[in-house]
Amino acid sequence: MANFTPLSAAIGGALIGLSAVLLMLLTGRIAGISGIFGGLLNWRGEDKGWRIAFIAGFILAPIIAGWIGHGMPPPKLPANWVIIVSAGLLVGFGTRLGGGCTSGHGICGIGRLSVRSIAATIVFMTTAVITVAITHHVLGG
Amino acid sequence: MWIIAPLFCGLIFGAGLLVSGMVQPTKVLGFLDIFGAWDPTLAVVMAAALAVSVPGFMLANQRPRPWLAKQYFWPSKSEVDLPLVTGAALFGIGWGLVGLCPGPALESLATLSPGVIVFAAAMAAGMAVYDLWQKSRLTVQRGSPLAGASDG
Repeated sequence: MANFTPLSAAIGGALIGLSAVLLMLLTGRIAGISGIFGGLLNWRGEDKGWRIAFIAGFILAPIIAGWIGHGMPPPKLPANWVIIVSAGLLVGFGTRLGGGCTSGHGICGIGRLSVRSIAATIVFMTTAVITVAITHHVLGG
Repeated sequence: MWIIAPLFCGLIFGAGLLVSGMVQPTKVLGFLDIFGAWDPTLAVVMAAALAVSVPGFMLANQRPRPWLAKQYFWPSKSEVDLPLVTGAALFGIGWGLVGLCPGPALESLATLSPGVIVFAAAMAAGMAVYDLWQKSRLTVQRGSPLAGASDG
């Protein structure tokens, strides 16, 4: 547990929860990132303004952090492009079929005590743990 | 001016992911790697987020409508069904392969990392495939004799 960072995790987590609550109290929307982003891909949808604004705020956060000297390092990803593309496709298709991701089900859904979201979170955590166990320990990735 | 509200919420959400370290796939994979050097950070992030969102949503539930909109858009489905379980299972596999879920993936676009751009494009493609599949399924249903009969 050498990498455990509970204090920053608690502060960051509280900010994520605060954002989800504020978005609901102010605009009546669920802060589910896959749903907000997915809604932008449907050309006929009319409620695009708030979706673009939310995602813009999201992408602005690390840019502003960079201005005050806390720039975000590029994320460390696998070298294999096939894995990156497959993972992206699975995340995109899976979150739409399952109706949400870590934020929509994990934070907002469980936050509303929704049985559906609790089930979804248990399922995606389980398959993710199995995937990591296979890639890191069986295949030695 | 209302557009400031979602922008501000997005900023706070992004700041939360940054501060908690969840934008870094290594941190996320450290949590998912329960058979390796397990890093429980993600569990603390979720617990802290829920400590705020559970009472916050209860408060929202008691108010007749949001401050800046006509109505709440609470999700309407409540039952656990096959699409939910299948979708969540596929999402988990993709998440475990790379350590990126939609939030951190979109936020990481700010770094202009080629890997993240490819991941986000593939994610959008996966969503588009789902939308197309849904659309074709609806068309087939509408065209089938059984559905036609029920439509009168």
